[in-house]
Amino acid sequence: MSPRRTFATARRVLLQLRHDPRTVALMLVVPCVLMTLLRYVYDARPAVFDRIGPMLLALFPFTVMFVITSITMLRERSTGTLERLLASRTAKADILGGYALAFGAATVVQVALATALSLGPLDLHISGNAAVVVLFAVVDALMGMALGLFLSAFATTEFQAVQFLPAFVLPQLLLCGLFVPRDRMATVLHWLSDVFPLSYAVDGVTRAATSSAWTGALSVDLAVVCACVPLALALGAATLRRRTA
Amino acid sequence: MGNAIEVDRLRVVRGGRPVLPDLSCAVASGTVTGLLGPSGSGKSTLMRAIVGVQLIVSGTVKVLGHPAGSAGARARVGYVTQAPCVYGDLTVRENLAYFAAIVGAGPDAVRDGVDEVSLGEHGDDRVDRLSGGQRARVSLASALLGRPELLVLDEPTVGLDPVLREELWTLFHSLAEAGTTLLVSSHVMEEANRCERLLLLRDGRLLADATPAALCDQTGTDDLDAAFLRLIRTTAAP
Repeated sequence: MSPRRTFATARRVLLQLRHDPRTVALMLVVPCVLMTLLRYVYDARPAVFDRIGPMLLALFPFTVMFVITSITMLRERSTGTLERLLASRTAKADILGGYALAFGAATVVQVALATALSLGPLDLHISGNAAVVVLFAVVDALMGMALGLFLSAFATTEFQAVQFLPAFVLPQLLLCGLFVPRDRMATVLHWLSDVFPLSYAVDGVTRAATSSAWTGALSVDLAVVCACVPLALALGAATLRRRTA
Repeated sequence: MGNAIEVDRLRVVRGGRPVLPDLSCAVASGTVTGLLGPSGSGKSTLMRAIVGVQLIVSGTVKVLGHPAGSAGARARVGYVTQAPCVYGDLTVRENLAYFAAIVGAGPDAVRDGVDEVSLGEHGDDRVDRLSGGQRARVSLASALLGRPELLVLDEPTVGLDPVLREELWTLFHSLAEAGTTLLVSSHVMEEANRCERLLLLRDGRLLADATPAALCDQTGTDDLDAAFLRLIRTTAAP
């Protein structure tokens, strides 16, 4: 792995984004629009918005990043540029690291905008620390990015890659505690939600929003989500084959 | 002067079909070697094996003394695939700047690269707005960056007009004079004439490994097209 090639790759991915203003706009605007919608859906029940708002602040960027990175990586594979890079001296870690840096930077902007809008004009009340909520939202989006990069290895067409959203993200969404608190689920579903990384992301952001005390449980949530990022990237590198049939 | 590429008993199976059943061949350093054969004869598969991105069943491929695909080999090989593979959503210069950073080429490399393939006036155009031939040249220019010791070019002149083809072949020969080894696949016989040596593939088997002149002598013809046809007909498919 070389810092020069990793940074060059990150720069290249960002340049590609810059040439695609519509994607940038969608990436930044969609979470804001969804938060606004949610705010007015619960117009008469601000307490509900205050409860689920922080969760969705973590979920929207996670989902958007998952889709964007898996499609971008797949495109790199299908246009042959990935093969070209793998035939050169580029290490697999340079490619994945470059993607992680570029989309990580995009994530920070995305989350900052959605959080600023929610806490400001949309009047989302949190009793915890806003900075910790932002931290969780960013790490969650990074996890979405890393999972997207990893899972893109299993898609051979963009059509398949898009299907990974309902296949891998929606089950996690159903069991993460958004609809029913996790401890009130049937035992098997609770176990299942215990192994889904998104559950820790949502638990963490909820804890951060409801209390400003930094608890042990919060540290565990953060550690699990943080560990998932390099783990998914490492799995992504392992499934990236230099030699193909 | 040794061999830049040594292929020994290479066997590649794709989709259950032996594309290269048992191939051995070599390419001398500092030469322009043509890889010819009908489509489906295994040219691209052989090239992919040489640059180390092809899964192989058995056999060995050595590139500049290193096993194909090893870090040592990859650092010294430039590869251009048949379909231009560059980033369509970046400009010509942005593409070259990225690939230059990958190989660690100097600051002038991008400017020189654009000029080498006569794309000077398109430097700031997005690649997906260029013609097919122009895209192919961007792809070629990216492979030339950092002056790799071995260039593996899969049909680099397809879709180019005769003037540009002529310019590129002049470039290939000047690179070879400077010590670069080039393996160029083509199915245009007029281009085969410009190679110092030819490897003829058919159904994954090596039909001939000779100079263009020797090939004509051997088949008793005075033009490569006829020589090629005769060779294919006399060695009937197994």
